[in-house]
Amino acid sequence: MNGPAGDWLAVGRVADIPRRGARRVETPWLTIALFRTADDRVFALEDRCPHRGGPLSDGIVHGTLVTCPLHGQVVGLESGRVQPPDPGCVRSLPVRIEDGRVSVGLP
Amino acid sequence: MARKLVIIGNGMAPGRLLEALLEQDREAFAITVFNAEPRVNYDRIQLSPVLAGDKCFDDIVIHDDAWYAAHGITLHKGLAVTAIDRAAHEVIAADGSRAAYDELVIATGSRPLLPPLPGRELAGVVTFRDQDDVDTMLAAAARGGRAVVIGGGLLGLEAAAGLAARGMQVTVLHLAASLMERQLDAAAGYLLAEALRGRGIEVVTEAETRALLGDMRVTGVELRDGRRYPADLVVVAIGIRPNVELADAAGLAVARGILVDDGLATSDPAIHALGECVEHRGQCYGLVAPLYEMARVLATRLLGGTASYAGSTLSTRLKVSGIEVYSAGDFADGEGREEIVLRDAARHTYKRLTVADDRIVGVVLFGDTRDGPWFFQQLREGTDIGAWRDTLIFGQHHQGDAAPDPSAAVAALPDSAEICGCNGVCKGRIVGAIREQRLTTVEQVRAHTKASSSCGSCTGLVEQLLKCELGDGFRVDAAPPMCGCTALGHDDVRRLILARALKSIPEVMQALEWRTSCGCAKCRPALNYYLLAAWPGEYRDDYQSRYINERAHANIQKDGTFSVVPRMWGGMTTPAELRAIADVAERFGIPAVKVTGGQRIDLLGVRKQDLPAVWAELNAAGMVSGHAYGKALRTVKTCVGKEWCRFGTQDSTALGIRLEKYLWGAWTPHKVKLAVSGCPRNCAEATCKDFGVVCVDSGYELHFAGAADMHVKATELLGNVASEDEVLEYCAATLQLYREQGHYLERMYTWAARVGVATIRALIVDEPDKRAALVARFELAQRHAQHDPWAQRAHGRESREFQPLARVVRARATA
Ligand SMILES: Cc1cc2nc3c(=O)[nH]c(=O)nc-3n(C[C@H](O)[C@H](O)[C@H](O)COP(=O)(O)OP(=O)(O)OC[C@H]3O[C@@H](n4cnc5c(N)ncnc54)[C@H](O)[C@@H]3O)c2cc1C
Ligand code: SF4
Ligand code: FES
Repeated sequence: MNGPAGDWLAVGRVADIPRRGARRVETPWLTIALFRTADDRVFALEDRCPHRGGPLSDGIVHGTLVTCPLHGQVVGLESGRVQPPDPGCVRSLPVRIEDGRVSVGLP
Repeated sequence: MARKLVIIGNGMAPGRLLEALLEQDREAFAITVFNAEPRVNYDRIQLSPVLAGDKCFDDIVIHDDAWYAAHGITLHKGLAVTAIDRAAHEVIAADGSRAAYDELVIATGSRPLLPPLPGRELAGVVTFRDQDDVDTMLAAAARGGRAVVIGGGLLGLEAAAGLAARGMQVTVLHLAASLMERQLDAAAGYLLAEALRGRGIEVVTEAETRALLGDMRVTGVELRDGRRYPADLVVVAIGIRPNVELADAAGLAVARGILVDDGLATSDPAIHALGECVEHRGQCYGLVAPLYEMARVLATRLLGGTASYAGSTLSTRLKVSGIEVYSAGDFADGEGREEIVLRDAARHTYKRLTVADDRIVGVVLFGDTRDGPWFFQQLREGTDIGAWRDTLIFGQHHQGDAAPDPSAAVAALPDSAEICGCNGVCKGRIVGAIREQRLTTVEQVRAHTKASSSCGSCTGLVEQLLKCELGDGFRVDAAPPMCGCTALGHDDVRRLILARALKSIPEVMQALEWRTSCGCAKCRPALNYYLLAAWPGEYRDDYQSRYINERAHANIQKDGTFSVVPRMWGGMTTPAELRAIADVAERFGIPAVKVTGGQRIDLLGVRKQDLPAVWAELNAAGMVSGHAYGKALRTVKTCVGKEWCRFGTQDSTALGIRLEKYLWGAWTPHKVKLAVSGCPRNCAEATCKDFGVVCVDSGYELHFAGAADMHVKATELLGNVASEDEVLEYCAATLQLYREQGHYLERMYTWAARVGVATIRALIVDEPDKRAALVARFELAQRHAQHDPWAQRAHGRESREFQPLARVVRARATA
């Protein structure tokens, strides 16, 4: 199901996402994983590993990658691409930060 | 007749602009300069050395009064311009005087940000921008006492170092997790903090200031979390804001800065602007290099030429004598980017290049910054470095040098460092023996010093010592490295953590010369465990380096839900516990309830956000975490033993419960399962467990290193003991030995195969002193480990692990 495409969804504060960690955002259209890197950048991916649907928000974040908790495939936070040799891609969503508050652009 | 040029501001940008103008044409303009500061033109960036006492104001003057006179420039010192009359082509100064212009240049610079904190107007609160600020700080420093610097960026740290050099006790409060986070990655930020601490400066990160305290004079700073820091002087250095008010009032286009085009013209073609007050292509600068470039372009433009400014790539250097820090470009990691990292533990250096498409895009250097400008040149020129990628990091003068010596970390150890933990042999003795007895092999070192003769985990280090002494005469058969981030194997890393008292992940990575800036998903969990095992009670667990199961204290399932297994001591339960489990399962709609092979009950399909509430109810019925999710002690399976069974020889159930109560909570390299059988019929299957006890008439048979995972492996016999107390003692000693020697993710049986069953047996059974020492270390660790993680989380700890950041219910976006 698609959300109201093009809308920005205010989801919370950067400070509430752990560094080198992630938080989930549940919406009626999809579950979003919001990642925060060690250097405080924030990325949003659909919280569904392309391999078998694992919750990426539960993975270990290293650099700008996350390792899926279920079978260890590695997904790039910027592009959503599964890192070779595994194939696949997760939907990535645009993120906007203003005054420490995060909004996510809906697909 | 010369055209009239008026310049507002006389900071670093106009200084350069005037030089460039006069160089090209001394006659073109009649120049008038207004400066709010009552001074001649000076080098603002040298205020830091003035504060630190390395220079005085006269040293940093760029153009003195005589220079202005000699060039026929009218300089109004201490006179601010208050308005621009664009229609009349005049500026109006604070004393009401007017000056007509043909060309006007605005160079009002920027001013320090002072957030609306309570107490910001108190005496003793200063910013760091001009000579007046320096004078205020020097007066405070002369009285001694405590200074708090708010802001751990370039300016704040230079102020901190200067005040410390002047004898004040300095604390830096920084909002982000690591210092100078815009210029440095976390690894370099960590090293910088350590270097400042080494000079007696207190560094507090993730510190959000709430208020400045005091009535008339400032007396301290309070953080949002309530912590307070006393202060006689507070320096606020959290950023700058361009001075745009004058331009704004005159109706020029202004955003964050005064908007200029590539010709540095404002929205009025007769008015140009440059320096820190401008915004060019969305960018405001806070360093001198861009404004020097702007000054050259603007001089040419004012004289009718066609130069244009295209923006600047920046490099930064911290000006604190003795602490070398350099940064350039964009060092953030990302897809399609690689990092090249070189650390030298002995010299305390860290170098990192970020590379994309065979081009340097970012540089971070700590400790040795000599190659900074050279790297920066390659970055700006977009040099293809593909061909010399492997040696690039060694810098300009080392192209073609050999790779650094991998034994450096070992060579750097002091003679007193313990190399062999089992036999207490330090580096000095081994090196001494190698030299005096002319030893050339590990075997000989073993024979002469006993080092590496027990568990063997220090073999790698002994080899490195031989290599340091014998050079190429000795070949190291290095153990496989822990991961791509290091050349060291697990054993070496563990021994070095102890020998060099390394106490955090960043410290390990620097001291052991990690080849990455922040490690990977393989080494971080391993290091986290090794540090936890090495420094119980002292090391702060890094949850983000733990696998989800250990972060959430439950087992992740294939659909992203979790399973919950409460402890059932020795496999015993009660009607009340069963009732509580049944209630929880119904209340939370838990879809599956299963009896496990480890004699307990598994609640499957629990939603993550329900976990703390589920645990609270289980806790209320007296149950705690079963650690079914962890690299930790799992279950102690028992049979009913002599209490019920006609064959039973001992009370195996009670013994199992005792064992489990003694051992629970311990973190281990991999999972650990136990069992106690009441007689050799072995109904509890004790002989395929990590540690098994088989009760016999005369006492207890102890077994270890069995498994029934992908491999089914029967246990090895450890020995026989007569009492329950001894069972606990031998078991704790064995577990502790495994905790100290096991590689992360190595089961007990793989560890035993690697180290040797006989070696382990000899140590545990034949050496009572060592056994006792192992038990003592185990019990020390247990004092810090036996806290029910469920109860802590049911009471709110780590709550954000379990709650979604947001939940959008209605089909409407809130933007
Ligand atoms: C302590 C310190 C250390 C620094 N270290 C470094 C460093 O190591 N490397 C680096 O690259 N940069 C450094 N900087 C930054 C650098 O100094 C600035 O980028 C540079 O000074 C900006 O020059 P500017 O001419 O734009 O503004 P400024 O130098 O700020 O000059 C602006 C001038 O305009 C005057 N003015 C403002 N409004 C009016 C008005 N209405 N009428 C008349 N006059 C007015 C002000 O009084 C001021 O004198 C440092 C800055 C400080 C404070
Ligand atoms: S192991 Fe021995 S004591 Fe225990 S239940 Fe089986 S037969 Fe009975
Ligand atoms: S579901 Fe992510 S790796 Fe299998």
